[in-house]
Amino acid sequence: MRQQQENLHTQHIDWPTLLIYTIFVLAGWINIYAAVYEPEHSSIFDITQNYGKQMIWIGVSAFIALMIMLIDDKFFYAFSYMSYGIMIVLNIAVMFLSKEVKGAHAWFEIGSFRLQPAEFAKFATALTLARFMSHYDFSLKDKKHWYKVAGIILLPMGIILAQNDTGSALVYCSFVFVLYREGLPGWILFICLALGIISVLALVMNPATLIYILIGVGAIAVFLLRASKQGMIVVACVVLFCVGLVKGIDYLFYKLQPHQQQRVNVLLGKEVDLKGAGYNVHQSKIAIGSGGLLGKGFLEGTQTKFNFVPEQSTDFIFCTVGEEYGFLGSSVLIILFVVLFIRLIAIAERQRNRFNKIYGYCVASILFFHFTINIGMTIGVLPVIGIPLPFFSYGGSSLISFTILLFILLRLDASRVFQLRGSIY
Amino acid sequence: MIDSSTKKITLYIIFISVGFIFLLRLFWLQVVDDTYVRFAQNNVLNEEVVYPARGLVYDRDGKLLVYNDAIYDLMVVPERLKKLDTAGFCEVLGITRDDFDKRFERIKKSKGYSKYRAVIFEKQLTIPVYAAFQEKLYDFTGFYVQTRTDRKYVYKSAAHVMGYIGEVTDKIIEQSKGYYRMGDYFGVNGIERSYENELRGTRGIKYVLVDVHNRAQGRYKNGLFDTASVAGLNVTTTLDHDLQEYGEKLIANKRGSIVAIEPSTGEILAIVSFPTYDPNLFIGRERGNNYMKLLRDPMKPLFNRPIAAPYPPGSIFKIIMSLVGQQEGVLNPNTTYGCARGASFGSVHVGCHPHPSPLPLRPGIAVSCNAYFCSVYRSVIDNRRYPTTEAAFDQWRKHVLSFGLGQRLGIDLPGEGPGNLPTSAYYSKIYGQGHWKASTTISLGIGQGELGITPLQMANVTAILANRGYYITPHIVKAIAGKKLNNPIFTEKHFTTVDTSYYGVVIDAMQDVVERGTATIARLKNIVVCGKTGTAQNPHGKDHSVFFAFAPRENPKIAIAVVIENAGFGATYAAPIASLMIEQYLTDTITRPWMEERLVNTDLIHQPATNETTTGKPAHTTH
Repeated sequence: MRQQQENLHTQHIDWPTLLIYTIFVLAGWINIYAAVYEPEHSSIFDITQNYGKQMIWIGVSAFIALMIMLIDDKFFYAFSYMSYGIMIVLNIAVMFLSKEVKGAHAWFEIGSFRLQPAEFAKFATALTLARFMSHYDFSLKDKKHWYKVAGIILLPMGIILAQNDTGSALVYCSFVFVLYREGLPGWILFICLALGIISVLALVMNPATLIYILIGVGAIAVFLLRASKQGMIVVACVVLFCVGLVKGIDYLFYKLQPHQQQRVNVLLGKEVDLKGAGYNVHQSKIAIGSGGLLGKGFLEGTQTKFNFVPEQSTDFIFCTVGEEYGFLGSSVLIILFVVLFIRLIAIAERQRNRFNKIYGYCVASILFFHFTINIGMTIGVLPVIGIPLPFFSYGGSSLISFTILLFILLRLDASRVFQLRGSIY
Repeated sequence: MIDSSTKKITLYIIFISVGFIFLLRLFWLQVVDDTYVRFAQNNVLNEEVVYPARGLVYDRDGKLLVYNDAIYDLMVVPERLKKLDTAGFCEVLGITRDDFDKRFERIKKSKGYSKYRAVIFEKQLTIPVYAAFQEKLYDFTGFYVQTRTDRKYVYKSAAHVMGYIGEVTDKIIEQSKGYYRMGDYFGVNGIERSYENELRGTRGIKYVLVDVHNRAQGRYKNGLFDTASVAGLNVTTTLDHDLQEYGEKLIANKRGSIVAIEPSTGEILAIVSFPTYDPNLFIGRERGNNYMKLLRDPMKPLFNRPIAAPYPPGSIFKIIMSLVGQQEGVLNPNTTYGCARGASFGSVHVGCHPHPSPLPLRPGIAVSCNAYFCSVYRSVIDNRRYPTTEAAFDQWRKHVLSFGLGQRLGIDLPGEGPGNLPTSAYYSKIYGQGHWKASTTISLGIGQGELGITPLQMANVTAILANRGYYITPHIVKAIAGKKLNNPIFTEKHFTTVDTSYYGVVIDAMQDVVERGTATIARLKNIVVCGKTGTAQNPHGKDHSVFFAFAPRENPKIAIAVVIENAGFGATYAAPIASLMIEQYLTDTITRPWMEERLVNTDLIHQPATNETTTGKPAHTTH
């Protein structure tokens, strides 16, 4: 029976996802090699270099992935709250036990290796959220449940914010997609997205122009919807709220210190300060833009190879892809990611219990958020928020944590046939 | 479940549309918009000018005279400047903060300024500064050191011939239609200038990939777009370096010139100007300061006397008069004129020194009788064959012109002067048409008056005598890149208007001058020297000592003219100098060291010549 079950794990493992994962990890390794390539360390296996170290992380990840596949699937459900607790403790501890690196207290130093607990908090939070929300009487309509869900998400988020690692903290926003899938009304998601967009626009555009546009949009909405009196009032209220929001953001912006204002402007691409704050994005765009249709070829990327792009093996790894493989290579990467997301949603949807399904959505949302922010940043459409590109970016903590995140899902998915619908635990 | 599947689809749509937006953005960045390609090249491509080495300069025997030495200029690309540790930078360079700011202001104001183009920040770093800089260069993004070459002159001699190179001026840049760029060097004077196009070579461009710290990382596309610099062509001059140096040794501390020409080719063997300067003053960081010092020097060391300074030729002009008189048919070797310590021509009395009288032409030249040649001049100008004095004068002038006087000969050196040969119009203007005669301008007959001849022209006249009737335009460059210069200008024979047959008696007389006339001091054992002394009157001071000669008499190898300013009789300084030069050139040995010693030790600049040579000199005397 046990033998049979184990065979079934491998039989039921989702091969397309595993294939994409393998492609990403190997492509990432090669791109890290290209990004930090120096002729005197020309071996990709040289472990004094980032690419050599990444090779070790890939090995460790493979081992962990194998372990996960061998563990009983019930373990993750059982382990979820405990992992959450451990991660909360570790993330608090790191603030007191670590040295400051780039302004953040986020790294444990063990010998020459560094460990970032915030990375591992993601899967723990995902497991916990899945377990809590899969409870048979769970409902988002229940205020108590609402608060608990919010608490589960906001606690690690707050702690990580306190570590001064804004990027990793923002990742927790991705759970809004999970909540939406699990009963959060569509209009809340819509308002969240709309508020985000209007806030960005308020800073980018002339406020007066934006207000006219909002009023115009409101008028068109009233006309198109042939709104009743009530509807018109609703539209008017929405427009009024938006105008207030724009005015408020504008006011707050001018309350900022000049250097902060400049920083915001640069992040939004409004002001081009190529030597200072805007340097990263500008260089990143140059590297990607100069790749052209087909790219410059492996190790031929001058911008990345000669260190014009900062953080090029970690947060800006996509520059190497863009420069050396051109639009063709970048498109393949983008499309593969989108395929992965579609696959992950499909996996989540085919689960027979809510724990697996919610966890699946957590994985898809977290990866999607990372992908969006990271690529958006390198191509200059989103502010510079330093988070890694899943599976590609150099870094043991992030690669291992994404591996754990993904393989727990694959493990759960592999044994879905043995599970009953709904919550069996 | 409707709600559920809508939500699933909504999420699909959100995820897919983000991917789609990214694809569109990437398509714009990578395929449509090409500004980033240019930005990228700007980032990594450093256009480095590869300066060619200037051509080398040799003397006629292949002795190296000028070569190149590496120098290091500190360049800056203003656009690349990043946060600069200005204090540290100034310290390495040894300048003050003020200097630093001023330089940048100057750079920004300069012509053709572009923040993307490299300009010189500091010229010619010293080796220790260069070394210190190389170490810290990565700290000073935007700066780099460019190697180029500067001239090095092996000898201190022939400064005026060599000339010098200097930085191009805005005007030169404009005239060159963009060939020269700010900070380039070009030949300012001497052969550096006249052979600039041959010597400068062709600039190359090297595209170097640089990293974010501006450190060179290699060639761009393996040098596919690089252009190699082509070294300038080597120039072989006609100078005989040993002779040149010997001439400079003899003339030291005496204002004047020596010009020696190989008559058969017009090649200049030596061209000496004193006061002179060390050509090495015009290289290196002090170039500008040294130039100003030399310019302000009251001795005018920059003045190129042999080709620019006109002197009244004095008695040597009698040689030309002898030839013109014969050609015009008013003189033959047997024509005699009397002289009683001079003679009167109209209201003008021309003095002379005691000598037997009357004399025919040959001894007339040998004793340099003033009355004789004034008479010859009178018979030329008052010749009844010509309707007017003006016409006869024009005829005379035409003959004189054919000896290369009163015009630039066209030597391949900048700054040549034409000398002065007055026209009939000039005298008509002063005295009125038809109101002047030979007697009015009688001093022209003995090389005085308005005549002005450069030492180069004098040497050229000597070459004409040596060649019995023609000259080849004197020139200083013999071969370029090892190939003999094939310029018709420097091979064409210019015949004088005097028939070759008239030269014999004159040359006999010139031999007499050296063997038993006024210049016995120039006599050489075994070599027949033909010469003529001159003592050119100088309204500003003591007479100039002039001598010209060629040797040997048959198949002459050297024609030489020497002018020593304010030195008195031609025989005193000019003749012995010429004689020693001839001996040096023809035999490579000096048989009269006492004479050499006397000349070398004579200082006429700080200690003017003593009175003994000037006392008892009658008015209007030339020898």
